[in-house]
Parts: sequence; C-alpha cells; structure tokens
Amino acid sequence: MSDVEKVLERGPQAPAGEAARLARAVAERAAADGEAFAYASVESPFGPLLAARGPQGLVRLAFPEEEVDGVLGDLCSRVTPRLVEAPGALDPVRRELEEYFAGRRQDFETPIDWRLVAPFGRRVLAAAVAIPYGSTLTYTEVAALAGSPRGSRAAGNALGANPIPIVVPCHRVLRRGGALGGYAGGLERKRYLLDLETV
Amino acid sequence: MPPFQRFMQEHGDAVWRLLLANLPRQEAEDCFQETFLAALRAYEALSADANERAWVLTIAHRKVIDAYRARGRRALPMAEVPERAVPPPAPGGDEELWSRVRALPPKQRAAVTLRFVGDLAHAEVAQALGCSEEAARRSLHEGLTRLRREVTK
Repeated sequence: MSDVEKVLERGPQAPAGEAARLARAVAERAAADGEAFAYASVESPFGPLLAARGPQGLVRLAFPEEEVDGVLGDLCSRVTPRLVEAPGALDPVRRELEEYFAGRRQDFETPIDWRLVAPFGRRVLAAAVAIPYGSTLTYTEVAALAGSPRGSRAAGNALGANPIPIVVPCHRVLRRGGALGGYAGGLERKRYLLDLETV
Repeated sequence: MPPFQRFMQEHGDAVWRLLLANLPRQEAEDCFQETFLAALRAYEALSADANERAWVLTIAHRKVIDAYRARGRRALPMAEVPERAVPPPAPGGDEELWSRVRALPPKQRAAVTLRFVGDLAHAEVAQALGCSEEAARRSLHEGLTRLRREVTK
C-alpha cells in the first residue's frame, strides 16, 4: 500500500468531539423546526427526570427509576423514531419545573401533547389539571368529572398511567378521607408534592 | 426502530470525516447539518436490514455535490471559498494531500473518499455514485493514480 493510500485511509484529522458538537446543533435545529421530537434530562428534587416534547407540547415526563432506553424505545414505537436529544428545546419546561419546585410557580404554562393518553384517560387527566394548586379531589370526584361517576377504579388507573406526572397533577387526587391512595412515582413523592403545595 | 439520536451518534464521525475530506471546514459543517436533516426526514422509511452507514454516506455524498454546484453558481467562487483565506498547506504534509483530493474531478474525488474515508465496499461506492461497479473502480483507480503522481512530484 502506498503512502497516499495510508493517509487516505487514516482520513482527515478531525479534533475529537467535533462531530458530536455538530450533531448537537442538528438536534436543536430539528427540534426547533418541529421536524423531530426532543428529549432531555431535567433536574428535580427526585433526581433527573426525562422530559420529551414535540411541536405541540410536552408528551412525557419520566421519573429517574424509569430506564432511559425503555422510555425512548416506547416513544419511538408509540410516537416517532424522529427523536433527538435537544436540551434547549426543553428549556421552558426545565425553567417551569425549577420554579415549581422552588415554590415560585403554581401553574404550568407549557402546552401538553396528549397523544399518549386514550380518550377516557384524557378526560380524567383534564379533571386533574383543573384542580388548583394546593387543593385536592377524591378519585370518585375525578371520575364523576370525567363523566364516569361509578368509575373511580378506572379513574385511578388512568391517573396511575399519567405520562406527564407533576405537570399534570395527578398527585392532587386522594382517597376519600384523605388517604394518599396510589402514585406511580411512589407515595413518598406524592407526599412531597402535596407538602410542597401546602401554603 | 431506534431513536434518530442513536443513529446520529453512531454515524456522525463517519459523515464528518467524509465531508472534511471533500470540502473546506465551513462548507463541511453546513453539509453535516444538511446531511442529517435530510436523513431525519427519510429516517422512518429506512428498512431494518438496510446498511445505515452506506445510506447516510450516500446522502452526504449528494450534499457534497450540491455544495460544489452552489460554488459554481456564485459569481466569484474563489473569492468566497473560506479555504482561500488560510495559507496553503505545507508541501508533503497530509493537508497537502487532502487539498489535492478536493481538487480531483468530482467522480474520482467521490470514489476515493467513499472507498477510503467512508470505508465502503466497491459495490456500495458504485451504488452511491449511481454507476456500475466497474465504472466506480475505474474512477477510484484514476483518482489514486493522479494523487500518487501529484504527491510524488
């Protein structure tokens, strides 16, 4: 092999990390242009949350113990494989969550993309969204608001399957009498959020 | 199908090296973005058994063609090409060879870079160039011959 071929095979010298830097710019641009769904890690008192959003809004917020690959794989098959890591696209969500956890924000303004939620679940979660900061409803009341007065168990399931916890405040739904009921992220976190909202 | 992010992480380096072999840095950066935005738009149609690397390098190759065409459309191309702003590379160094690669006729340049930098098989190079394998091998041979002659001069 000639020297020419050796140099060709080695390729042009590119500083390490250059392609990764360019790829980050592609990801942010694709997300900003609405050509891809964006995901990023977002800090919280519970540890890093995985947030994902599309052009219409926040589609997923995953607790730290949910495996990143599993969450992303699920988004790939149920939403789109056009999925890029773009922290900039999640900045508004990051800022709102930071303010919320600091006690400086009561309502989230970030739009929600409901595509991961079936119609009944949307009615249940819409009822949860309508519960003001610092107050609570019972499972039965939420079921009634969702148009299914005898469906408190079904409402509980829909709340437990909430793909966007915290922002969609399913933690504001309790058992009659004030018992915590359930929470997909663990009851300590439900307690934490309710205490945070106690003004 | 895995997230596009994983696809980009896996093939980013190969695309970047191929583009740097063909274009000055600024144009290569623009082409990198265009390559992966085009790949993103077509990503869902990519079949599971496709050769991802050959696929994305073919897209990159087309973006290189576009970049050279865009140069040709400019009134005073040489005055605008950033490469001209930096001093010419020292003779005998790697960079001298790469500037000679970029000066090859298009088919030869593409064949040489896809084969050596992109590490594609002859059949994949032919597919990327849209020609027969024999024609691709010929372009590669002509390109190499020319580079050897120019570098030893």
